[in-house]
Amino acid sequence: MITYLARRFVTSVVVLIGVSIFIFVLLHATFPTPARAVLGLQARPAQVNAWNKANGYDDPVIVQYLHYINTLIHGNFGYSYVENQSVTALFQERVARSAYLSGISLVLAVIIALPLGIFQAVKRNSIGDNVATSAAFILYSMPSFFLGLILIQVFALSFPIFSFEASQSNSVWVVIGDWNAMTLPIATLTLITVASFSRYMRSSSMDVLAQDYIKVARAKGLPERLVLLRHLVRNASLPMVTLIGLSLPALLAGNLITESLFNFQGLGLLFFESLEKVDYPVMLAYTLAGAILVVVGNFVADIALTVADPRIRLA
Amino acid sequence: MATPPPPPLDAQQAVPLGPEGGNIGAVQSGWRLALREFMTNRLAVVGFAMIVFFVLFCFVGPLIYHTNQIDTNLISANQAPSGAHLLGTDTDGFDELGRIMKGGQAALEIGFFAAVVAIVIGALWGAVSGLAGGIIDSAMMRVVDVFLSVPFLFVVLILAVKFGASVLSLSLVIGFFAWQVPARLVRGEVLTLRERDFVLAARTAGSTSWRLITRHLLPNALGVVIVNVTFQVADAILAVSYIGFLGFGLHFPNVDWGDQLSNGTEYLQDGYWWLIYPVGACIVLTVMALNFIGDALRDSMDVRLRRR
Repeated sequence: MITYLARRFVTSVVVLIGVSIFIFVLLHATFPTPARAVLGLQARPAQVNAWNKANGYDDPVIVQYLHYINTLIHGNFGYSYVENQSVTALFQERVARSAYLSGISLVLAVIIALPLGIFQAVKRNSIGDNVATSAAFILYSMPSFFLGLILIQVFALSFPIFSFEASQSNSVWVVIGDWNAMTLPIATLTLITVASFSRYMRSSSMDVLAQDYIKVARAKGLPERLVLLRHLVRNASLPMVTLIGLSLPALLAGNLITESLFNFQGLGLLFFESLEKVDYPVMLAYTLAGAILVVVGNFVADIALTVADPRIRLA
Repeated sequence: MATPPPPPLDAQQAVPLGPEGGNIGAVQSGWRLALREFMTNRLAVVGFAMIVFFVLFCFVGPLIYHTNQIDTNLISANQAPSGAHLLGTDTDGFDELGRIMKGGQAALEIGFFAAVVAIVIGALWGAVSGLAGGIIDSAMMRVVDVFLSVPFLFVVLILAVKFGASVLSLSLVIGFFAWQVPARLVRGEVLTLRERDFVLAARTAGSTSWRLITRHLLPNALGVVIVNVTFQVADAILAVSYIGFLGFGLHFPNVDWGDQLSNGTEYLQDGYWWLIYPVGACIVLTVMALNFIGDALRDSMDVRLRRR
């Protein structure tokens, strides 16, 4: 187990280094030097060159990369010349709100998809299964903004139950308390995630139901309820751990769309605004942060799976 | 068929009765069986019919249903559906039905080209990686991990902002960042294929690695590639709609579905439903049809399910 985790850790570090190179190349291609942003558009080429030389932007690419890594390790994610603020400061204002929106949607999605997928597998091809499968299929094929629009139309305009705009409060506690404003964004992100989770959960449960140990459990006379609870649920839930890790990029994308649609002042909206303002340092810093989250999330998922599943632990 | 033979996925559709004569059943059944499986799946046939419909609708439709998609006409803006404009008009006075056809052309073109780019890169990457093995394989797979870790949509949006959006640029950008899954799938196939006798025979006959990959490994890994193509097209169409919805899609006079929907959103409270729901339904139905086909193809190719 230790060797497996150690190897997995080394792989994650290698991938992280790869991610940093990826983002650096992208940054270098889109925003090679902030000289123009600092000196202004009127600056003469000679001034720009001098500024680049003074600040190390004409060094060999390798040296610039090492410099980039050095600043990253010291917690400096870059500087937004458009906002005249460090990227870290911009992130700090908003990270709690985004974490809340994505976190609660992910938790709700798991809470809904797990029993739903198991139910569908057990009652396979029943009316309930067919309805759930069809609904999941439609949602799975639906862009999240269209789902959000339908929810707004139904629950905010036709039947004005909820607000069509997310909470605008700066305090995350107010945001959490403001159910009227937060229900629709959370529902959008949750439903999209449930659609993909329940599909996997259904097929993973069906795989488990075909296993010999289920037959043995039934053959020895275990009540069906216990077969499901003790044998099916626990085994079928294992792939879910990996799936959560793998779903992080999609969750970040969904977060971007949902925040833009409901005007929720989180990191996704920050990214969207930085696209409009052509603020490359913010775009790339957020992409980097997302990629790090994905790598770390997958690593944590692997640890969790190793702890939960003796077949991996002992192998 | 109690015990199915291993799937002989030889690319022999062109020569149904292979030179191996005596073994006819086994040789032709791979693709035949898959086709039969596919045809028995009603959803797959429905999905296929829907895709045919959308291709005709988007590319042949404008030849029958003539609309002016170049000149704005503010006098006839935001009109409700009528005999003159079957789905009404949008903010600029463009006929909405004709606009959906035009947006659909872009969606289908980008979806198709992006999938081709992704599949070509992915298949070659996976085949080289699987065939090379050892440290080259590990290094190439770590590159795949890196590309999988960086959120796809963010990179595509950044590049769309940097280089501008056209059908060509979006196809290339989406394809270039969506090849990881086919690479993994093809590598998995190649890892088992490279131990087979025909590969040894080809090597013994002096095939170069390149010939081995293009003539022997990739044709035999075609099953997983074909399954993945449909999902790639679906994902690319969704990605384009996201880019368009956020406002970084194609420029006038071109239009994409996401962009149209985003414009319609401004009139949500006015009840201009024809600007939102028809185009939204087009996105959902196209993507759903492709997913139907992809799922059915996967089932029909999946050896484990061939147990009847």
